[in-house]
Amino acid sequence: MDMGFLMASLIDGLLLGFVFGIAAIGLTLIFGVMEVINLAHGPVIALGMFTVYFAATLLGLHPYAGVGLSAVTGLLLGILIYAIAVQRVIGQPHLSSLLATYSVNMMIIGIGTAVFTASPRNIEFSLGSITLGPATIPVARIVAAVAALLAAVALYFFMQYTRWGKFIRAVTDNRDAAELVGIPSNKVLAFSFGLGTMLAMFSGGLIATLFPFTILEGGKYELKSFVISVLGGLGNPMGALVGGIIIGLIEGLVPVFLPTTWVLVVEFVLFVLILLVRPTGLFGGRAS
Amino acid sequence: MKRLFWMALVLALALGLLVGCKKAEPTAPAAEEAPAGETQAQAEAQEIVLTIGFTESKTGKLNVSSGRQAKGLRLWMKQVNEAGGIKLSDGTVVKFKEASYDDESSKDRVQELYTKLITEDNADFLISPYSSGLTAASAVIAEQYEKVMITTGAASDSIYKQGYMHVFQIYTPASRYLTGAIDMLKEADPNLKKVAFVYEQAKFATAVVKAAKAYAEEQGYEVVLFEGYPADTTDFGPFINKIVESGAEAVLGGGHFQDGSTFARQLYEKKAPVKAVVLLVAPPEPDFAELGDAAYGIIGPSQWEPQVKFTPEAAKELGIEWYGPSNEEFIKAYEAAYNEEPSYHSAGGYAAGVILEYAIKKADSVDPKKVKAALEATDVLTFFGHIKFDTSEEAHGLQIGHEMVYIQWQKKDGQLVKEVVWPKEGATAELIYPLPR
Repeated sequence: MDMGFLMASLIDGLLLGFVFGIAAIGLTLIFGVMEVINLAHGPVIALGMFTVYFAATLLGLHPYAGVGLSAVTGLLLGILIYAIAVQRVIGQPHLSSLLATYSVNMMIIGIGTAVFTASPRNIEFSLGSITLGPATIPVARIVAAVAALLAAVALYFFMQYTRWGKFIRAVTDNRDAAELVGIPSNKVLAFSFGLGTMLAMFSGGLIATLFPFTILEGGKYELKSFVISVLGGLGNPMGALVGGIIIGLIEGLVPVFLPTTWVLVVEFVLFVLILLVRPTGLFGGRAS
Repeated sequence: MKRLFWMALVLALALGLLVGCKKAEPTAPAAEEAPAGETQAQAEAQEIVLTIGFTESKTGKLNVSSGRQAKGLRLWMKQVNEAGGIKLSDGTVVKFKEASYDDESSKDRVQELYTKLITEDNADFLISPYSSGLTAASAVIAEQYEKVMITTGAASDSIYKQGYMHVFQIYTPASRYLTGAIDMLKEADPNLKKVAFVYEQAKFATAVVKAAKAYAEEQGYEVVLFEGYPADTTDFGPFINKIVESGAEAVLGGGHFQDGSTFARQLYEKKAPVKAVVLLVAPPEPDFAELGDAAYGIIGPSQWEPQVKFTPEAAKELGIEWYGPSNEEFIKAYEAAYNEEPSYHSAGGYAAGVILEYAIKKADSVDPKKVKAALEATDVLTFFGHIKFDTSEEAHGLQIGHEMVYIQWQKKDGQLVKEVVWPKEGATAELIYPLPR
């Protein structure tokens, strides 16, 4: 085995892992705070891609400015989705919230397919590549990985040290108690849903700078996000980041030894194993 | 109570919408003036109007390519009729009219409609729908009723290996999509030894690369990588790492537009040190140029290109007959008629008509048996290329004359342009080799 090949594959996987991780954080955060499994996660990621695409083609924005725009849009969209579809099903059986978010999923996909069609889009954008020993890495991938890492760090500090971050943690721990001390829990939940959606659209935006996409592209990353969330412990954002890196490394390394199509098999076998052996994930899930 | 009211309202709206949709649904065009042709022919004794039956995917996923194919066919029909039809030696004039339906890009519809074309519209000759899938479905019906069908827009080999005796293929079959590229590489670089096949895991691409791999090995190449990818792949990083590791000097494969262009883009970004890249389907599309520098030097097979130069002189050199309009004449007529540049789908539709016309002329008769015999004996060069059919029992009707042309994206005054680089007799520019990176 050629070491260069191994290194190149490892670096590729690792860089993508950060982006997968930030997408999964969006999913896991929402579950952690309000125990809602957001089935609209994938379409929202796709909307992030399209925001960057239209920001670049219609407004002439730089793709990275588009990624910022897509994050802001995500926050607002998330609050809107919460207000329309999610707030009524908080605390209801899981089936209700699954159905509610699935409906949102269908609506976004339906409208998106009608308006944007399912044809592939591509953002004309390249930062060139750098060669590190055996590996040639497109610079855009490095930027995406760094941006994802920074977003995760920012989220950590936000949750730990800001007023609203503390609100979110309080509502997560005990909504009634939080209400008693005057925390506007409904607003906090809306904001949390917005934050999760924002991360999803942010990751979608980053992916759009790397790969072409269609409106249906989000589904692929939604599935990955589920695997990653379970791996890291459902409801545990930092676990999701590590989970993302693990999945990224699997994606990089499996093709070295097996046909590339085996990647998904390995990922889902791992998914099932974690569910069987350690249902709380590698790093522990939401305390409930 | 309030809730009940809202539910009722929503229900009513939904129902209204459904009814509305139903009404708006396009209905298949009714059979236009059915048999008239024959009686008319008898009255004038000199003129026969043949009915050409086909379906077009006016709706569904195939509508763009299928529409172009039908446009090409209709242009041919209009030109022949306007020129006074085909004149046979006994003075009979043969003209054409069409019977066609929308097949909705659906196999089931195709079988119904071809049956209808044969039994109710009394079609004399058939042209296939677009795509291998639909053509396979229609071929069953054509064979059942022993109607001569010329297929176009259908590259699959398997249709012609079912023992059908009445189906004739215009396109180069999938099994020879990339074999020309191997010949081309062999001439460009006799020292090239290692090739990689990375292809979409779909029926078409798999059939193409399997045949190309066998051919490459036969030609003494070492196939160092042979791996498929799922149709929705967007990250080709792992494949490119494998290509680099395998030491491949040429990469062949791809599948469709989306994956092919992504693959080309990432090969460029990752500076894969290969000398040639040949991809299916994507490179001949004009949109491929949007890849910019990543498109430069990429090669792709095409059934036909506007700039190919098949000429009567080339026919003479090959020792075969030339028939039909020149490439320029076809393109000019097509652009005048439809105000768009013809794609290879358009050319394929037109070519199907030209070949039928040629066969009727050769047979000097409209008797299907004689026309079929003339098709079997066809060996002709047209604007679309060389046309010759397999007449063996195992693969009757399979196209064996037509060769793919290979295009390469080159640069002229800094602009990306598509040039035909293979085969030599149709080439517009020299192949750029190795891949300039």
